[in-house]
Amino acid sequence: MKSFPRTIFTAVAGAASIALLATGCSATTGSTDSADGKVELTVATFNEFGYEDLFGAYEAANPNVTIVHKKAATTNEARDNLTTRLAAGSGLSDIEAIEVDWLPELLQYPDQFVDLAAADVDDRWLSWKTDAATTADGQLIGYGTDIGPEGVCYRSDLFAAAGLPTDRAAVSDLLGDSWDSYYAAGAQFDAAGTNVPWFDSAGATWQGVVNQIEFPYEESDGTVIATENPEIKAAYASVLGASADLSAHLPQWSSDWTASFQDNGFATMLCPGWMLGVIEGNADGVTGWDIADTFPGGGGNWGGSYLTVPTQSAHPEEAQKLAAWLTAPEQQLSAFASKGTFPSQVDALDSPDLLESADAFFNNAPTGQILANRAAAVEVTPFKGEKYFAINDAMQQALTRVEDGLMTPDESWDKWVSDVNALG
Amino acid sequence: MSIAIRADARSIRRIAFSHTLSRWDVRFSPYLYISPFFIVFALVGLFPLAYTAWVSLHDWNLIGGQGDFVGLENYGTVLSQPYFWTSLRNTFSIFLLSSIPQMVLALAIAAFLDSNLRAKTFWRMGVLLPYVVAPVAVALIFSDLFGDRYGLINDVIIALGGEPVRWHVDVIPSHIAIATMVNFRWTGYTALIFLAAMQAVPRDYYEAATLDGAGRLRTFWSITVPLLRPVIIFVVITSTIGGLQIFDEPRMFDQAGQGGANRQWQTLTLYIYELGWGQRDFGRASAVAWLLFLIIVLIALVNFLVSRRIAATTERIAKIVPVIPTKGTR
Repeated sequence: MKSFPRTIFTAVAGAASIALLATGCSATTGSTDSADGKVELTVATFNEFGYEDLFGAYEAANPNVTIVHKKAATTNEARDNLTTRLAAGSGLSDIEAIEVDWLPELLQYPDQFVDLAAADVDDRWLSWKTDAATTADGQLIGYGTDIGPEGVCYRSDLFAAAGLPTDRAAVSDLLGDSWDSYYAAGAQFDAAGTNVPWFDSAGATWQGVVNQIEFPYEESDGTVIATENPEIKAAYASVLGASADLSAHLPQWSSDWTASFQDNGFATMLCPGWMLGVIEGNADGVTGWDIADTFPGGGGNWGGSYLTVPTQSAHPEEAQKLAAWLTAPEQQLSAFASKGTFPSQVDALDSPDLLESADAFFNNAPTGQILANRAAAVEVTPFKGEKYFAINDAMQQALTRVEDGLMTPDESWDKWVSDVNALG
Repeated sequence: MSIAIRADARSIRRIAFSHTLSRWDVRFSPYLYISPFFIVFALVGLFPLAYTAWVSLHDWNLIGGQGDFVGLENYGTVLSQPYFWTSLRNTFSIFLLSSIPQMVLALAIAAFLDSNLRAKTFWRMGVLLPYVVAPVAVALIFSDLFGDRYGLINDVIIALGGEPVRWHVDVIPSHIAIATMVNFRWTGYTALIFLAAMQAVPRDYYEAATLDGAGRLRTFWSITVPLLRPVIIFVVITSTIGGLQIFDEPRMFDQAGQGGANRQWQTLTLYIYELGWGQRDFGRASAVAWLLFLIIVLIALVNFLVSRRIAATTERIAKIVPVIPTKGTR
């Protein structure tokens, strides 16, 4: 008799433990509706978009909307999160911020994103900003937030030590507007014998050069032309030729690169708007940084982001409204004031708030005006296909191999060719 | 009479049924008790393993999902890539550079912890501290220490009159730097396992050896190490499996996390990551994952064969070691 209840107990306990395990991971969805017509919108961003105050203002103006902000620390984290949830088919926020570098791989899946093209936001952005997020069929998958127009940052104290001009306008003249004149100024600096390299790395300079080639690695139909493209081959030779004497051989973002800001690591670097904050942080306590209103080879853009609305969203219309509001010129100017993200909106670029802003760390340079000039100088935006990220990454490694002295430029080029072919 | 018989028969039947239940209880309950482990294993271990094999036979994009069935093509492609072989070499090199010094150090530390110390628990807990530190934090601190130009270790080397070592450029230095991080974290842990085993060694053996005039080193080599063999084999096997899957330390060793411009320190798991999340090619990534699985199975087999031979030797040693009569409790 005694065994009867115990057996049942055993069976129940066993079944319960299995059931507990099975229900351990119940699904939760991003957005929910409550009965009174309120809408909850989740917005996923990364790094600093400067939206914290804006969300409150939007909620105040739209009482039926509550906004939940999900902020990833790095772009890589945001990218992994986005791609895995796209693959899983659920779990994405109502608005997902994406970076220009992973835009091409998302453009392959336009049916995963809401078409954001709308008459009232036509012509809001610089045309190249919008074009990059538009598919061949004319679907706009993202609203532009910030851009990265590039100038040249330089150390005026090191320039003075080498007997070069230090004044912003005179430095612009010295650097000129071609890569040759930029390298020639470097040779002049090098000849002064200060024993300080001219720029940080071949890879960083490459980023500036390759962003001026219209079809660097792929044709517009996706055919890979990277290894046969004469422009790429010429750029490779020219960057490595300059790097032999002028580079500090410090790959960007490495711990040595970060540390070198405290130790006269190099005299100039190509700097998109968002880089100013990076320099200021790394070079804390170092005086002499300034920014010249010029860029070798014409203008150049490096980086920037978009806001997208995935079709997974339960409230695509509300989300699109919020995304449009966040990327309107007034709001973008507020984000610029709060975190320095440089606007991509045509109207914002003429705003006095922007044009009159100055940066104390960069010797009170009128950074708003300079970067607006730099944005206007951008003529070419490279076509980035689905393999752009991987091919450019392999190219960065090819340049590093030469800078590290592991291979000759020719050997490293051959290895890059086989890397590109292996992408298949 | 007949009623009594019926009642009897019912009670017999009832006894028989409860007897059956109790027999079932004894026979099946243990399986029910241990089933959660196997169910969880089947869900998160066996199923992913089988599914990975399935994925490895297809073109498979991270976002796009399943493509055409391609058979063993992914395996062929991966095996013909130089980076696969480089990462295989790196994996073994880093594994050997971390495991061997770690075993030696851990044995020594365990021997010291086993001797007469004041505040024993303090020291024993102390060696476990590095293990508590998150691997990513360890990697961040050490990759700063091992900076090529502004690293503390190179500063010391230069101060001592040496040439700075290119930790992030040359193959062997980068492996040594990564192995150092692994050893920093795991040596204390391994030492504690050895210590536990050492404390199971009968003290009488040491007394007898001391009476015979053996010194500390002699007793260590002739008594402690031979009796520790089963534990050493256990640690070798677990550290092989862990070592072949090393990921955090090489991933965090530089800012790109790909194992260097020339793949100087790319390990197999980093290669899987690059194929899967970098190139978004899950088919090839799964193929490498399965190749890694097969390599680990192969090594485990070799380990098993070797350890069986060593175990046999241990038994012989156990027979040789004189059985000392013990009095009461040890």
